[in-house]
Amino acid sequence: MNLLVGLGAWTLDQLRGWGHAALFFAEMLRAVPASLRRFSLVVAQIYAIGNRSLVIIMASGLAVGFVLALQMYYALSIYGAAESLGLIVNLSLVRELGPVVSALLFAGRAGTSLTAEIGLMKAGEQISAMELMAVDPKARVLAPRLIGGIVALPLLAALFSAVGIMGAWVVAVKLIGVDAGNFWSIMQTQVDVWRDVGNGMIKAFVFGVICTVVALYQGYETQATPEGVAYATTRTVVISSLWILGMDFILTALMFSTP
Amino acid sequence: MNKRKTEALVGLFVLLGLGALAFLALQAANLGSMTGGATYTVQARFDNIGGLKVRAAVRAAGVTVGRVQSITLDPQTFQGLVTMDIESDFQFPKDTAAKILTSGLLGDQYVGFSPGGDDANLANGDTLAQTQSAVVLENLIGQFLTGRADDAGAAAPAPSPAPAPATSPAPATPEGLK
Repeated sequence: MNLLVGLGAWTLDQLRGWGHAALFFAEMLRAVPASLRRFSLVVAQIYAIGNRSLVIIMASGLAVGFVLALQMYYALSIYGAAESLGLIVNLSLVRELGPVVSALLFAGRAGTSLTAEIGLMKAGEQISAMELMAVDPKARVLAPRLIGGIVALPLLAALFSAVGIMGAWVVAVKLIGVDAGNFWSIMQTQVDVWRDVGNGMIKAFVFGVICTVVALYQGYETQATPEGVAYATTRTVVISSLWILGMDFILTALMFSTP
Repeated sequence: MNKRKTEALVGLFVLLGLGALAFLALQAANLGSMTGGATYTVQARFDNIGGLKVRAAVRAAGVTVGRVQSITLDPQTFQGLVTMDIESDFQFPKDTAAKILTSGLLGDQYVGFSPGGDDANLANGDTLAQTQSAVVLENLIGQFLTGRADDAGAAAPAPSPAPAPATSPAPATPEGLK
C-alpha cells in the first residue's frame, strides 16, 4: 500500500514538475516581444553568454580538430585513403561534434552562470522586488537571456566546426603533408550545405533552447539558500547534458537516417 | 564597460559567427561549387542504376557539367528513370550516350556523358537513347565464373556438361567494359 502511495506521489510530482516547466517556458516566450523592444538588454546578454564563451569554444574546437586529424590519419592511411581525412573531420564536426560539444561546453560555461545569477537574484529577493514594482521579471531578466542563448549557441557551434576544420588542415596538410587540393576538394564535393551544415545548425538551435531554458528554470526555481543555488547549478549541467545527448540521438535519427 | 563597447564586441562576435558559417558553406561544403546559372533537364533510362544517388555528378570527359536531379522507376519499362540538370553553358549532341561509372575502385557513382556526332543538340526535356547501366559486381563475378566453367568444358570434355549457373541477364557485357 505504501509502495502504491509512493508511486502515485512520485508520478504526480513528476507531472507537476513538467507542467510547471512548460508553463514557465510559455510565459517566457510571451515575454520575448516585450524584451526585444528593449534591445540593449539582449545585446548585453549576448555579450555575457556568447562573447565570453568564445575562448573555451574556440580552444576546444581547435583541439578536437587537431586530435581528430591525427587519429583519422592513422586509421585512413592503412587503407591509403588519407585524402578523405578532411571529409571525415568535416562531417563529424559539422553534423555531430560541433553542435553537441559546443552545447555541452555551453551548458558548463554559460548555463551555470545563468543559473547562479538568477538563483542569487532570487535569494537576494531582487525578483520579488521587481514584481512589487510591477516590473515583469520574465520580460526584464529571463527573456533577454533566453534570446541571448538562442542567438549565441548556433554561432558558437559554427565557430567550433570552422576552427576544428582549420585545426585539422594544420595537422593534415601542414604537419603530415596530405595534399591540400584533395583535402578541400573532397570536402566540397561530398559535404552538402543543407543536409550537413544546415542540419547541424538546426541541432545547435535546438540545443541553445534546451540549455538556456533549463538554466533559467533551474535558477528561477532554486531554493533561496547557498546550498539551493549550488544544487541548482549542478542540476543545470546534468539535466542540460542529458537532454542534449538524448535530443541529439532523436534529431540525428530524423535528419540522417536516410542516406 | 560602456554600452557602445559592448555593442561593438557583440557585433564582432556575430560577425565572427557568420564568418565561420560562410567558411563552412563555401570552403568546406558544396555551396561554392553550386552554380546558380540556368540549366536544362535531360532524362535517361537505365536497366540498373547501381548505387547512383540524387545530386550525384554528371561528367563529360571528367568535367562536372550537371547534377542528378531525381531517380524514379519508369512504371512501363521497369527501368530506372534518371533526370539530370545540365548547365546551359554545356551543349551536347542529340546522340550523346550516358553511362553510370564509378570514380576510383570504391568511389561514388556518377553519370558519364560520351558525346556523339549529331548536328542537333540536346534540348530541355530530351531523353538519351543510348545508356549503359552500372556495373554490378555480383553479375561480373557470375560471368567470370561461367566463363571459367565454359573454358574448362571446351578444353577437356567432361562426361556430364558443366552446369551453367543461371545468372540474371547481365546489364554490362564484357565487350562494353573494354
